[in-house]
Amino acid sequence: MQEEIFISGRNIPNIDPVLQVWHFPISLYLFLGGMAAGIIFFASLFTIMRKEKDFPTTVKGAMIVAVIAISIGLMALMYDLTHMFYAWQLYTTIRLESPMSWGAWVLLIVSILSFLWVFSYSTEIFPKWDWKFDWLKKFQAYLIKNRRTMAMVMLPLAVILGIYTGILLSAFNARPLWNNPILGPLFLTSGLSTGAAAIILFSKNHFEKHLLTQIDLALIILELGLIIHLLMGMAAGSAVQIEAMQVLVNGEFTVMFFVFVVILGLIFPATLEGAELMGFKVPSVVPALLILMGGLIFRMVMVEAGQITRYLY
Amino acid sequence: MVNSRRSFIKISALGASGIALTPLAFSSINESTLSENLLAEGTKNLKRTATYCEVCFWKCAAWAYTDEEGNVKKLVGNENDPHCNGRLCPRGTGGVGMYNDKDRLKTPLIRKTIDGKETFVEASWDEALDLVASKFKGIKKKYGAESLGLLKHGCPGAHFNHLFRSFGSETDAEPAYAQCRGPRETGFALTFGSWVGSPEPTDIRDTKCLVLIGSHIGENMHNSQIQEMSDAIDNGATIITVDPRLSTAASKSDYWLPIKPSTDIALLLAWMHVLIYEDIYDKDYVERYGLGFDELKEHVKDFTPEWAYGITTIKPDQIRKTARAMGAASPAVIIHPGRHVVWYGDDTQRARAMAILNGLLGSWGRRGGFYFKEKIKIPDFPHPPYPEPKWGWKELAAKYPLADMGITTELIRASIPNKDNKYQIKAWMVAGTNLIQSIPDTKLLLEAIDALEFLVVIDTMPMDITGYADVILPECTYLERCDILRSATNREPSIALRVAATTPKYNTKPGSWIAREIGLRLGLDEYYNYENLKEVIEWQLEQLGSSLEEMKKIGVKKFPRKSGSMYITEGEHHEFGTQSGKVEFYSAELEELGFDPMPVYKSHDHPEQGFYRLNYGRSPMHTFSRTINNPNLNDLMDENKLWVNPKVARIEGLKNEQEVWLENQDGVISEFPIKVRVTERIRWDSVYMYHGFGQHNKKLSRAYGKGACDTQLITKISTDPIMGGSAMRGNFVKFITNNPHKDIEV
Amino acid sequence: MRYAMVIDTLKCVGCSDCVVACQTENNVPIGYCRDWITESVSGTYPTLELELKSERCNHCSSAPCVRCCPTGASHIVEGGIVKVTANECIGCGACIESCPYDARYQHPEGHVDKCTFCHHRLEKGQLPACVSVCPTKCMYFGDLDDPTSEVSQLLKSRKHKVLAPEAGTKPNVYYLIK
Ligand SMILES: Nc1nc2c(c(=O)[nH]1)N[C@H]1C(S)=C(S)[C@@H](COP(=O)(O)OP(=O)(O)OC[C@H]3O[C@@H](n4cnc5c(=O)[nH]c(N)nc54)[C@H](O)[C@@H]3O)O[C@H]1N2
Ligand SMILES: Nc1nc2c(c(=O)[nH]1)N[C@H]1C(S)=C(S)[C@@H](COP(=O)(O)OP(=O)(O)OC[C@H]3O[C@@H](n4cnc5c(=O)[nH]c(N)nc54)[C@H](O)[C@@H]3O)O[C@H]1N2
Ligand code: SF4
Ligand code: SF4
Ligand code: SF4
Ligand code: SF4
Ligand code: SF4
Ligand SMILES: [Mo]
Repeated sequence: MQEEIFISGRNIPNIDPVLQVWHFPISLYLFLGGMAAGIIFFASLFTIMRKEKDFPTTVKGAMIVAVIAISIGLMALMYDLTHMFYAWQLYTTIRLESPMSWGAWVLLIVSILSFLWVFSYSTEIFPKWDWKFDWLKKFQAYLIKNRRTMAMVMLPLAVILGIYTGILLSAFNARPLWNNPILGPLFLTSGLSTGAAAIILFSKNHFEKHLLTQIDLALIILELGLIIHLLMGMAAGSAVQIEAMQVLVNGEFTVMFFVFVVILGLIFPATLEGAELMGFKVPSVVPALLILMGGLIFRMVMVEAGQITRYLY
Repeated sequence: MVNSRRSFIKISALGASGIALTPLAFSSINESTLSENLLAEGTKNLKRTATYCEVCFWKCAAWAYTDEEGNVKKLVGNENDPHCNGRLCPRGTGGVGMYNDKDRLKTPLIRKTIDGKETFVEASWDEALDLVASKFKGIKKKYGAESLGLLKHGCPGAHFNHLFRSFGSETDAEPAYAQCRGPRETGFALTFGSWVGSPEPTDIRDTKCLVLIGSHIGENMHNSQIQEMSDAIDNGATIITVDPRLSTAASKSDYWLPIKPSTDIALLLAWMHVLIYEDIYDKDYVERYGLGFDELKEHVKDFTPEWAYGITTIKPDQIRKTARAMGAASPAVIIHPGRHVVWYGDDTQRARAMAILNGLLGSWGRRGGFYFKEKIKIPDFPHPPYPEPKWGWKELAAKYPLADMGITTELIRASIPNKDNKYQIKAWMVAGTNLIQSIPDTKLLLEAIDALEFLVVIDTMPMDITGYADVILPECTYLERCDILRSATNREPSIALRVAATTPKYNTKPGSWIAREIGLRLGLDEYYNYENLKEVIEWQLEQLGSSLEEMKKIGVKKFPRKSGSMYITEGEHHEFGTQSGKVEFYSAELEELGFDPMPVYKSHDHPEQGFYRLNYGRSPMHTFSRTINNPNLNDLMDENKLWVNPKVARIEGLKNEQEVWLENQDGVISEFPIKVRVTERIRWDSVYMYHGFGQHNKKLSRAYGKGACDTQLITKISTDPIMGGSAMRGNFVKFITNNPHKDIEV
Repeated sequence: MRYAMVIDTLKCVGCSDCVVACQTENNVPIGYCRDWITESVSGTYPTLELELKSERCNHCSSAPCVRCCPTGASHIVEGGIVKVTANECIGCGACIESCPYDARYQHPEGHVDKCTFCHHRLEKGQLPACVSVCPTKCMYFGDLDDPTSEVSQLLKSRKHKVLAPEAGTKPNVYYLIK
């Protein structure tokens, strides 16, 4: 028999018996950040392609959603800081080695840009609104003129933001479940997919919906491929990695992961989307909502499960 | 105990003001601010005060560091002290928790009946002390001062001893004799003419072979002993441990002999056999100093390793190999006498066997064996001679011819009214001992307590025993008081000072003050011809050629040896303290008293099917029951677990962390459950737990109900007929998996 | 200079003195610890091996906790000691997530705390509190860059290991083994 115990000193809140330092707010933050990145990505892309007229919801309504999502996400992040009043310290330095640091900066820039973006569309979205000050109106006009430039800056930043939500976790060698280079692309894909789903949810434009559904389907298939790749990779890895994989495949989080993320959050909505594309009548909100739910639960599972995987003890 | 006059007051109304129990974890945090914490690391100006530790009886000298507000922040060992060499053990380091514990006794309490319910009521010191004095006077008048019994342990003992002797009572006892080291002192005294004493004069740092019979150094954290064992490991000494459990020491040993419990004497005899018949004992030493070797040789003739194998389950070649290792190391070898040695009732004989082995190996009075210890005699502050009591502990212990100190259990028996009692005890003072945990056979103890006319308890904490008191007198902790000078036996004699590092918290007082105040109220003024203890110590230090000033600066003072060398020099004539002046392999004294002159193996009971032997011992971070509620030490270990062998767990269907209750052979069921620890470290015929847990007093916010209490389950005692020790290791338990107390609980 | 701690598992008895000493020296709140003790038992009665270890931050030479800290609160000082500046720490928990040894914790005041190798004592020429108190004297402390130091010598002459080397952090707490 092999017995490993702590004799003393390890009964520390949130650390023992398993790490619980990051909670739901972090999952929410990752989810909202990823979704916003997806929306911003599509809005920027279509703008650069000068197709904004074909994707009205993407560039307008959905971008409001993105701004709100980022704001809530940031609040969630702040909420999970245990030394909240020192949060400003984040913006006294840039530390490229720390995903948390450059992520915070990217998030800041992206949120400012998307806010300006929404501002530039404000009169279009709310025609009755009147910006009282002249300089504001001038500024808006200036922004409208430079939308493509903004889009060109936002497009790569959206990609970085999407990848960041994955890298934030995968940078941690210490948590075998997270420590996987696929997490970046996987979270980016998932972010794009949830972003597309959010747009579909709000869009009333048939063409926009149809195209985004096609894109979304492709993204889901890619995402499933990446998940299989992730699991296979870990299965072929070291003992700790295999153990980490077990948490998803044959452990505490298996039901959550397979039922809520893989089946209800990916395969089922993908099937519905496929059916819709093939001409069946499906209320498009259903797959969209499922995808969003799946995306959120996926992050919850990864954040929670990752913290129970470890090298020692 | 339904109709008990003195029922245990569980939720005592510790006064109307009863300070609310603060949830432990965060209490200390709220007080400190962030900036304070940032600066915390040693930058604060801490003042140091000389003290010695009272968390166990090793009495290590230490420095107490206090901040400007007088809070004791940390304790560090005194570099110059041979008991600790600048390093306290975990309990000593955690001693700050004794001072900081918010559950401490805070003010004198008197048992009163209010609305038909017994409760404790806060009292002033005058009220409480007047009551104690009037009760004592009453008892003396009615029955004689001898009827006042003193049960004590540790430093407070000295002050109340003086009070009792002055008042005419020598009726005293402490658990450190009959429940602890008594048998080994008698066994070694019979053999070498000297007690082992405390600290043990084992020359571990220079030994080549250390043999531990059960003694679990490393869990038993007696400080310099563990330090020297570590030195011995560095020096490549051979360590041999005999223990049915893989003790920490066993895991560090070259040889671990996993003996069947209760069979040690057989192993010891077989070792003698090998040493003698393989001719590898210290012939010169035995010839020069020994007495009765031939009888011994004849006696152990048939006690071969093969014979012992059948009894002990230790393989003959292991017995031979280990005996040869001892022989090779002789005389730098130590068969450690152990300390808590009241195991099976023939303990003096087992101690004798260990002493005899040491004799054969020539290790008593030899480098790497046992050195000749020396201590400084602290002069008594002048007082009139004590009155001569008509009877005392000696008369109570008369049944046991070689009892050298009071026998607690006899004192307890004499407190239960009985027409056969020649001597009757009517009242107790209990100072610094938690009898409920330290005395087995709880039923007898409670019967005695119930019969007492008066019980006063002096303690620092609301321990179990305080619940039975008529008056509770709260002593301040050792960190808040001046105390007697420490003088103990060692390689070099030394004294150590304890002065108050800070002022007493709450309404607590030093034991010396309490004793004197009672003494004055009893009209014993001439025995207290001083204002306070400081005056006494100043006088004593002056006599010893030092001063309080000096001692405050150094804490410990060493004196040169006066008794000669620590070891017998080659070929020297040496007179041992025995009747014959020799090392007595054969004890005529025992023979005269009708006991075996040489140790004999006798079989003891073994558990029946479904029962397991209850084995217990020390947790390295606790001292008995006294530290379980200490916030710092409780943080390290807050409950004991029941060690169960995986085979047993499988048979009994037990899982790790599962809670079980235990029922012993007499049908006594543990009050609290204990969690199972499935581990290979324990044999399949026993279970193991740390002593001191499972306390009953709810006032102990951290200790109450945590883990199980071994004492409660020790109801069968074999008494050592030679010196009166109460052997506790012959109790057997079975598991109960469903709460047996359910129907009683509301 | 590279500070290192060398701990002899053949002598450690798991008494936890190092844990209390750290608490009282460093004002570690009750319920929290900068160091801790593990016990591992292997084999079957009576053929058993028991290892007791005092563990703490390894002051890793390749410290992920420092890399991932977004504010620089986690940093490295002379001798390779990894420290946390409390009022630069935002409590994001990234460093806690990054440590394979779970050597860090959230102080109840919000910032992250961990072993400092008793930097404040080293500055005064004293040994770390845990090292100075250990009754078995099984802990050694010193400079690994100095080949004559006790720690260098011990690592040269004795078999040793570090914890979770596969995590790639290059720990500076070593354990002497059989
Ligand atoms: N940390 C700490 N240290 C202490 C104390 C404390 O409270 N806490 N108390 C101090 C005091 S006063 C004392 S008396 C000492 C006691 O310390 P020791 O004298 O070392 O204690 P024992 O109870 O004799 O030994 C306990 C060991 O005996 C083993 N044992 C049980 N049955 C048998 C048997 O039949 N044969 C053999 N060979 N071994 C057996 C147990 O498995 C256990 O390992 O400790 C002292 N040191
Ligand atoms: N079942 C079982 N029984 C045992 C043992 C065992 O292992 N198992 N061990 C035996 C041994 S070896 C021994 S030595 C005895 C020890 O027996 P005890 O000495 O009775 O043991 P403790 O539990 O330490 O109780 C000490 C009491 O003193 C109080 N105290 C502490 N400091 C002070 C102080 O400064 N002043 C005052 N007035 N009180 C103070 C504590 O609060 C506590 O109530 O127990 C023996 N009994
Ligand atoms: S051995 Fe430990 S508890 Fe006992 S006196 Fe020394 S430091 Fe105190
Ligand atoms: S103080 Fe020393 S012996 Fe005790 S647990 Fe710590 S390292 Fe081990
Ligand atoms: S042990 Fe953990 S906290 Fe310490 S330096 Fe290494 S990674 Fe950082
Ligand atoms: S919790 Fe503090 S020390 Fe840790 S990474 Fe965040 S800011 Fe840095
Ligand atoms: S080196 Fe100092 S801070 Fe680190 S564990 Fe030891 S005592 Fe604590
Ligand atoms: Mo004892």
